[in-house]
Amino acid sequence: MTSRRVFLRNSALAMVGVGSAPLWLERALYAAEAPAPRKKILVAIFQRGAADGLNVVVPHGETAYYALRPTIAIPRPGSGPDGAIDLDGFFGLHPSLAPLKPLFDQQHLAIVDAVGSPDPTRSHFDAQDYMESGTPGLKATSDGWMNRALPPETGRVSAMRALSLGPVLPRAMRGANPALAIQSLGDFRVRNADGAKAFEQLYQDTSDTALRAAGQETFEAINTLQVMQKQPYTPAAGAKYPGGRFGDSLRQIAQLIKAEVGVEMAFADIGGWDHHVNEAGQLSNLLREYGQALAAFWQDMGDRMSDVVLVTMSEFGRTAQENGNRGTDHGHANCMFVLGGGVMGGQVYGRWPGMEKEQLYEGRDLALTTDFRDVLGELVTRHLGNRSVERVFPNYSPRPVGLV
Amino acid sequence: MSRRTTAVAAVVALSLFAGATVYAKKTIQVFQQQIPKQDRIEQALNRLTFGPRPGDVDRVKAMGLKKWIDLQLHPSRIAENPVLTARLKVLDSLFMNSEDLVVNYPELRMLRANRQGGLPVPVDPERTRMLQKLAERFENRQKPGVPPPADAEQPETASLLTPEELRSLRATTPEQRLAAFEAFPVEKQDDLLVAFPQRFQGLFPVAPPELRRRLQLVTGPQQMVTRDLMEGKLLRAIYSSHQLEEVLTDFWYNHFNVFIDKGADRYLVTAYERDVIRPRVLGKFRDLLEATAKSPAMLFYLDNWESVGPPKGKPGARPRRGLNENYGRELLELHTLGVDGGYTQKDVTEVARCFTGWSINRPQLGGGFRFNENAHDAGEKTVLGEKIHAGGIEDGERVLDLLARYPPTARFISRKLAMRFVADDPPASLVDRMAETFRKTDGDLRAVMKTMIESKEFWSVGAFHTKMKSPLELVASAVRAGNGDVDYARSLADQVAQMGEPLYRKLEPTGYSNSGKEWLNSAGLVTRMNFALNLADNKVPGVKVESANGVQLGSPEFQRH
Repeated sequence: MTSRRVFLRNSALAMVGVGSAPLWLERALYAAEAPAPRKKILVAIFQRGAADGLNVVVPHGETAYYALRPTIAIPRPGSGPDGAIDLDGFFGLHPSLAPLKPLFDQQHLAIVDAVGSPDPTRSHFDAQDYMESGTPGLKATSDGWMNRALPPETGRVSAMRALSLGPVLPRAMRGANPALAIQSLGDFRVRNADGAKAFEQLYQDTSDTALRAAGQETFEAINTLQVMQKQPYTPAAGAKYPGGRFGDSLRQIAQLIKAEVGVEMAFADIGGWDHHVNEAGQLSNLLREYGQALAAFWQDMGDRMSDVVLVTMSEFGRTAQENGNRGTDHGHANCMFVLGGGVMGGQVYGRWPGMEKEQLYEGRDLALTTDFRDVLGELVTRHLGNRSVERVFPNYSPRPVGLV
Repeated sequence: MSRRTTAVAAVVALSLFAGATVYAKKTIQVFQQQIPKQDRIEQALNRLTFGPRPGDVDRVKAMGLKKWIDLQLHPSRIAENPVLTARLKVLDSLFMNSEDLVVNYPELRMLRANRQGGLPVPVDPERTRMLQKLAERFENRQKPGVPPPADAEQPETASLLTPEELRSLRATTPEQRLAAFEAFPVEKQDDLLVAFPQRFQGLFPVAPPELRRRLQLVTGPQQMVTRDLMEGKLLRAIYSSHQLEEVLTDFWYNHFNVFIDKGADRYLVTAYERDVIRPRVLGKFRDLLEATAKSPAMLFYLDNWESVGPPKGKPGARPRRGLNENYGRELLELHTLGVDGGYTQKDVTEVARCFTGWSINRPQLGGGFRFNENAHDAGEKTVLGEKIHAGGIEDGERVLDLLARYPPTARFISRKLAMRFVADDPPASLVDRMAETFRKTDGDLRAVMKTMIESKEFWSVGAFHTKMKSPLELVASAVRAGNGDVDYARSLADQVAQMGEPLYRKLEPTGYSNSGKEWLNSAGLVTRMNFALNLADNKVPGVKVESANGVQLGSPEFQRH
């Protein structure tokens, strides 16, 4: 363990030493260090708070939808600027998601509907926990599906292999494989060189194994980022990320992937979806930010998207019927977006269960026809090439949806 | 040191393999094996306070550890630190009731309504004048077609200042600039501040308290309430003589978490923490539970104030609203039974029905609790197998009785306390004994704490220097270790936020995790290291430490307590 660490550090320091070399050379140097830079990459987005999937991907062909949501339903396509954007004659996108329509049309964006976790819980906490651990109903799981989904390492691995944008490492990424939490690339360094040296030594020498491991990942990442950030980052193709934490997260993920520092798995989240009261305006604003960020990421990444799949999820859906406060309460099935160069997009996948009373889950929520592990399992197997999906989703055999 | 680190390593190594029987046995052993007697004071200071200050160990030794613990369990018997009292006094919003907060620290759009009449104005005429100026500026900015004036120094300054005056304000040192600024009459100062709110923020570190308040006021009066709360929390953690009470206030606020940025909660959290949580952290759980249930802050946060039963009397008499289950669910899952406490979706709905009508008088104006009989669902309910048909406000109160005495609650609360004070994965034997005390004493939280503090486990190797500090604990303990003098604490609050724990801003009702593992990650680690170095170099604005070693404060050892 020590030798790998020291080796990596030395090589990183050596690169810092050639700071006058052009960026491409440094990149190439690092790329030679990192194993197989053109590995497949999975980006997972968590919409925390339970997004109202029925108003995100609108079943405008379903009469019951309009009956159940007299004040908050998205009007049918063609009924003006507030109407849904038609996708296939039955489903439509929320009007705030207009930037995603071209991606759907170009068949890079696939949607899975009536999808989610089969566990009946309507607790945010539990449902997020289950979706991130990848084991619905099982509390004892100590690690997360993304950590387990990292393909078995061959030789040395990059410290940037799995990373999350944000102040804390999400449940989905915790586990035996090293994973990083980074709030902002620019601030990710110890500002005082002597202090940095002293800390690096202290954390290397401590007998506190957990902090030693965390310290090791930290300094490897600091060194990598230092090399990477010698030039300011400009998103490609005029991509414009929206202001705010989510846009920043996706922009930095794009930057890291394009810098070829060995990223295989990235995670970002966006909160604020728990719309119990006055849903319409809040959802509209949030979806605008969300859609713009995803579209900008696509544009910025360009050809590099051929190796990347981005998948979105939220812990559960919301009640089919609006509540008494022009909002919705905790429900069941939801929708997922899958975006990537190799994705067979332009379709809404999943069997539509209907919204008549007897078709609803427990008489109130959209029923589930696809398990979220079917979607993620397919990406783990077919996209990442991880053969041991039974380790990622124990006691479950994912049925491929046919997305990639 | 080496003894301690070995113990830490042992526990950490063990926890990695927890599950295998042989290791499970050893895990139990580390909670049986006692720390040496001379380390007991340090352990008490680590876990029952926000960390030892220089000299604390000797002070406790002189008094006797037993007596010190007893006093901490009875904070009313300890005189408060006068330094804290003086520091807090400046943060005047902390002493106001919710209605006064709305009036004195209004949202700008409320200010307009204010000007249009009907709403009360602050008692202080100077504040009223300042707020009116801010409202005018806000209105001008709202007008379509008028470009917002830049806050940086602009030619517009010329209309307010002569070239000479402008030059004096550009003097070299902040002290000189402050003198130049203070040479203006107060009314002119206010005009300048309102016109260029960012331009004068550089004076903050050198400004007297009264000017600091005005500097903050012009950048957004409504934000001061939250900022005062954050600063107050840091100051109390660092200075209060009632250390255990502060640790517990942090614990219980987090248990009954309210997100301050949700609408009216901005004005409701101050009273919530001060009047609902802090006075009850060593009282009866049932009282604390009811106080939170009836607090406008919680009623607003979890939407219960808008939850109403089926319409009565003539239909269409009032706007169509309905049942909202949000509070009912979190009450069961997070406040009392715990998610495995054996309740069903049906229980959630029934509990929500019991609380229909528990509402707030005009929350946007800081109003108090109100039971609205009209909104109450008077039908019969069944919660956890028990029929509830008291009717009226008593339905909810009966539910609270039931939940506070339901055995899973005793266990859930005890385990959570043990997680915070003893170990991330506390031994079941300890939790069982705490839960027994909880049940025997009808939820006397002081007695539960006592059982915990008097347990072998609390003084064991497994509980000594093994728990990762939360960001608040880390920041407060570092300042305390350096015997820091805190002039203002907003930079410290920013640091806590950057380490991943923005105070009062945990959006989810779960609150922050009590497990130290939550904080073990690289982003947090980098922020902690930088903070340690900056603090020791006296580069954290508003804070001066006597002597501190930055490398030590950022070391692996200091991250645990």
